[in-house]
Amino acid sequence: MGTNVSLEDKFQAYVDAENKVEPKDWMPEKYRRTLIRQISQHAHSEIIGMQPEANWITRAPSLRAKLILLAKVQDEAGHGLYLYSAAETLGEPREKMIADLQSGKAKYSSIFNYPTPSWADMGTIGWLVDGAAIQNQVMLTRTSYGPYARAMVKICKEESFHQRQGYEIVMKLAQGTPEQRSMAQESLNRWWWPSLMMFGPSDDNSPNSEQSMQWKIKRKSNDTLRQEFIDKTVPQAEYLGLTIPDADLKWNPERGHYDFGEIDWSEFYEVIKGNGPCNKERIAHHKKAHEDGAWVREAANAYAKKQSARKAKDTPAA
Amino acid sequence: MSESNWKLWEVFLRSKNGLSHKHVGSLHAADADMAIKNARDVYTRRSEGISIWVVPSEEITASAPDEKDPLFTPSDDKVYRHPTFYDIPDDVEHM
Amino acid sequence: MAGGWLNSVKRDFTKEEALKEYLYFLADDSLILGQQLSKWCSNGPVLEQDIAIINTALDHIGRARLLYQELARLEGNGATEDTLAYFRDHLNFKNALLVEQPNGHWGDTIARSFLIDTFNFYLYDSLRNCKVDSIKAIAEKAIKEISYQAQWSAEWVVRLGDGTEESHAKIQESIDNLWMWSGELFENHPVFEVLNDDLPSFVSIKEQWIKKVGQVLKMGTLIMPSPELWMQTGGRYGIHSSQLGFILGEMQSLARSYPNASW
Repeated sequence: MGTNVSLEDKFQAYVDAENKVEPKDWMPEKYRRTLIRQISQHAHSEIIGMQPEANWITRAPSLRAKLILLAKVQDEAGHGLYLYSAAETLGEPREKMIADLQSGKAKYSSIFNYPTPSWADMGTIGWLVDGAAIQNQVMLTRTSYGPYARAMVKICKEESFHQRQGYEIVMKLAQGTPEQRSMAQESLNRWWWPSLMMFGPSDDNSPNSEQSMQWKIKRKSNDTLRQEFIDKTVPQAEYLGLTIPDADLKWNPERGHYDFGEIDWSEFYEVIKGNGPCNKERIAHHKKAHEDGAWVREAANAYAKKQSARKAKDTPAA
Repeated sequence: MSESNWKLWEVFLRSKNGLSHKHVGSLHAADADMAIKNARDVYTRRSEGISIWVVPSEEITASAPDEKDPLFTPSDDKVYRHPTFYDIPDDVEHM
Repeated sequence: MAGGWLNSVKRDFTKEEALKEYLYFLADDSLILGQQLSKWCSNGPVLEQDIAIINTALDHIGRARLLYQELARLEGNGATEDTLAYFRDHLNFKNALLVEQPNGHWGDTIARSFLIDTFNFYLYDSLRNCKVDSIKAIAEKAIKEISYQAQWSAEWVVRLGDGTEESHAKIQESIDNLWMWSGELFENHPVFEVLNDDLPSFVSIKEQWIKKVGQVLKMGTLIMPSPELWMQTGGRYGIHSSQLGFILGEMQSLARSYPNASW
């Protein structure tokens, strides 16, 4: 290698050649920070995302539905764990990530700051929110950071069941009694726009996107992913006979895509700032569980210490 | 590390006989028994007949990267860049 | 038999009724405990334990479904697992009072699980050799899960007991508080005699249970309260603590609001 080639350039060439970066490889500090921010945000979204659904486990209307929902929320816990684990390979301890979540320094997907007043929301979340997440995650299986890509492969394998589960709930409602049908429509009305916001601001307003694309952390732009999601979802809504709450939504044969109405970005930024209906509730819930569990975690550590001291005593020195 | 944080373990699974154990990720646990149980819960969702190894991450010695590696950087023998392995006083922020 | 108010409960069972009653004991224990454990979802002390406790909730609810399916077959008249879970009132629930006790803190939940898991372990182990084929098959499947649960909760009892001073005091108090609900598990019941040797009497499990619970508590440096202490009763006859009404109220609310809907 010529001495004139900077490490940054070498790194870029390496990534450009579709090589994976592994934990102990040299990487630009900003690459590392970007990954920590993104992976931990992704992990937090899985964990906070448990709450709006856990909310309905005790009231699920059939034992089968209860079991499926419980398994799904458990998967989310598992996915959060895979992601924390990937972030930890970058030298960021989980305790630090959790502290940042609780202090508000770290973000999570703003969609989870909306409430789930209706059983239909269990369907809509699976169908739209998980659907949108999958769009993003499939792209991330090819991300340049090895541990992140591997976590995403595992997550994607399990996640496809979530979307089907959600769609099945909505389908049963849409094909059920008139009351069930209006439950499904009402829920779609509430979740449609926040789901579109999940892909983040449009490309001209997304400050970190360009660098992330260059490093191949991100492989598709926010707007591209959003358009793919809309194109995929509209026929699914039509199949159910539900109406997407957007008067401007229509197929554009020239573009080969659906045109859609203006997203209310002021709502998006307000929710991110902390002004969504459930921001405070979600963090308070997380803090309470964490604080209530402190004595349990301490006890387990104390016990482990005693046990290893006992073992050391029982084992004669070699 | 505060008294209420559990240490990090690396998890290796043999999905069936004839294959070797493969690294699948990590988790936190207070002791080895708990780490094995958690690994079973998290990484196998309780599949039967799977062999699990758990190793405290701090016990793994890793080779130093080769100077010829494209992304060479002089590095220690830790498995990751884990600042968790160093006790940082509580009053030092943003570590 | 304690409690004069139990004098008016049903005590005569045909063989067919006795079999159903026995299945309700098993099914309702599983469902109510699973329902309670599921409330830990997103509330556990650490992510890994959230996942672990959800696993046990899944096992309990899964087992309840198998048992209700068998019951629905015996009940006929269009009964399904869901009509049995969602459209029976508290008077018809036959779970032990222990499982309807509140979750409380992690130690309370662990203690409750430990007492019932240990019971379930010996019960389902003997059900694997029972003379009712359908129950035998369910027990064969369940015993793997139950061994895992019993070990998990016992390990936690030891960890908390022999952990910090605080955890020791907490788990000892949990055991002490829950103790009076444990005796009912081994109480004699008229159905055992009717069923004769087809299905094991719960009374037969008592000695093994006391021995195992004693051993585990000792490992956790905890004191076992006396099995001779005054014990509560009623659950197996449909006479419950006030907790059950709230548990069912929450669980059944949606299903009952739309009784003609299918989900």
